[in-house]
Amino acid sequence: MSTTAWTRGSANRIGRAVRLSGVHARFNLLETVRVPIAIIGSLVFPALALVFFVVPQRGVAADPVFATQAVISLSVFAVMSNGLFGFGISLAESREKPWDPYLRTLPAPGIVRIAGLVVATGGLGILAILPVVFVGALLTEAQATPGRIALGLIALATTALPTMLIGIVIGLTFPSKAAIAIVQVVMFAFGFGGGLFLPPLLFPDWLDSVSRFLPTREARELVVWAVQGGDLEWWAPVGIASWSVVLLVVALVLFRRDEGRRFR
Amino acid sequence: MTTSTPRAGTPLARLDGVSRRFGDTLALDDVTLEIAPGCILGLLGPNGAGKSTILSLLDGRRRPTSGRVELFGRSPSDPVARQRLGCTPQETGLPDTLRVSEVIDFVGAHFEQTTETTSLVEEFGLAPILKKQTGALSGGQRRRLAVALAFVGNPRLVLLDEPTTGLDVEARHTLWDALRRQHDRGATIVVTSHYLEEIEALAERVVVVGAGRVLADGTLAEIIGRAGLQRVSITTSEAQRIARLPGVVRHERDGDDVTFWVRDSDVFVRELIRSDLPFRGIAVRGATLEEAFVTLTGAAEAATRPSTGRTAA
Repeated sequence: MSTTAWTRGSANRIGRAVRLSGVHARFNLLETVRVPIAIIGSLVFPALALVFFVVPQRGVAADPVFATQAVISLSVFAVMSNGLFGFGISLAESREKPWDPYLRTLPAPGIVRIAGLVVATGGLGILAILPVVFVGALLTEAQATPGRIALGLIALATTALPTMLIGIVIGLTFPSKAAIAIVQVVMFAFGFGGGLFLPPLLFPDWLDSVSRFLPTREARELVVWAVQGGDLEWWAPVGIASWSVVLLVVALVLFRRDEGRRFR
Repeated sequence: MTTSTPRAGTPLARLDGVSRRFGDTLALDDVTLEIAPGCILGLLGPNGAGKSTILSLLDGRRRPTSGRVELFGRSPSDPVARQRLGCTPQETGLPDTLRVSEVIDFVGAHFEQTTETTSLVEEFGLAPILKKQTGALSGGQRRRLAVALAFVGNPRLVLLDEPTTGLDVEARHTLWDALRRQHDRGATIVVTSHYLEEIEALAERVVVVGAGRVLADGTLAEIIGRAGLQRVSITTSEAQRIARLPGVVRHERDGDDVTFWVRDSDVFVRELIRSDLPFRGIAVRGATLEEAFVTLTGAAEAATRPSTGRTAA
């Protein structure tokens, strides 16, 4: 086979995988849309959290810099919990249903289902941030130009990848009941450790050092940088990229090896 | 796609010395099987014999512990190999909120060639329910949809696991007709069942599996013949001694009425008379597929370690 034919062959395959990922994302969304309350819940939850936890604290809400960072931290937390729940639990559940083994018999590479899930669930997660931005703008002193907000959303979407992949790894490893427990532990550990509940400014030195290895802390720094400007520490983008690559490889290996839920 | 259209005569799929373990359980034990294009192959065996495991190895859901599985000359875990393969979801697993037409479109999007959906929809009687969500369908409707999905991608090989379990007689016959029409159009079909009636009605070639092994492989007539069995019923008080005569495979007693399954009834009757053992009321008849099946699978369970993986020629 000549080099050009080979290149054309793999280009075709990639094109097909992208198109099929789109198909999977569309049908994932269609299934979700058919149960509207599920969508409304996930769209409203982050904005409600902002109203309850940030707006009443005038010390934070009245300060433009702190308020903006609080809105960002909450957005990162919302995107993270969406990733962990949306992937960890829904994947664990779908592996227990007989539709999942059927999908494995269709001629689509493993990446297609993962990409379809990422686009559908991730897209909804980012959509849920818009109400947070509105509430932040209306009820706190948080400030950002529309351009900066757009940059922030892009940073948010990119940095969400590791937590989505952690969700996928959990979903492919554990049965759904165990997945719920593990997702909750991971969510609070990574949320607190990543400085999403308390600003890292208040961390003792040792916690600050540990925190820099967490994808949530790295995500927070990147989004703060995208929205507020200032210096970006090198470890934030490097950390996010490393987490993404390693987790993607793990997720793909697990996906290929997976033979559905195992019972003993 | 050149690789997925092999020349006539080359098998569509094959298992070569395949074993598969689930923890301590040996589900398949050194199975060799070729699926040539053109026939309807019935995989017959009791629960837990390994029928579904064979299908799950062929459709790429599982990998063998040892041995080789090929689908259109490739590994079944390669999506390209599955381009001309049709499978069926369990009907309980259809996504509840999607409409019938949406499920068909979703599955169709995976295949390079798709069958003309209008005729498929007609054939499986799905036209009146296209706009319904699958959660609203009756058991029979779901089953028809599930089986129809196997044919959406214009497959050359179709694997059906217990396609009519739980259907009433009429629905079963409707589904059989649809399967025969698809087969006439060129699809090779592998169907598992524990309904002997279903295998007798559909299959041209029968593979009997039991305890993870292929016990017999041949046409329907050959399978019944291979079990080699004829039934000889007599009334006697000497069942034990008669059962030790050459050619007796097994016997069943109901008081003094005993049925012997023998390889050659002529030889048996001669031996019986020569033995001078008392008997009366002799009746001889050929075995049914069911009896062949019981004999084959029963022998497999009795023998802890049969000498070969294939008793088939």
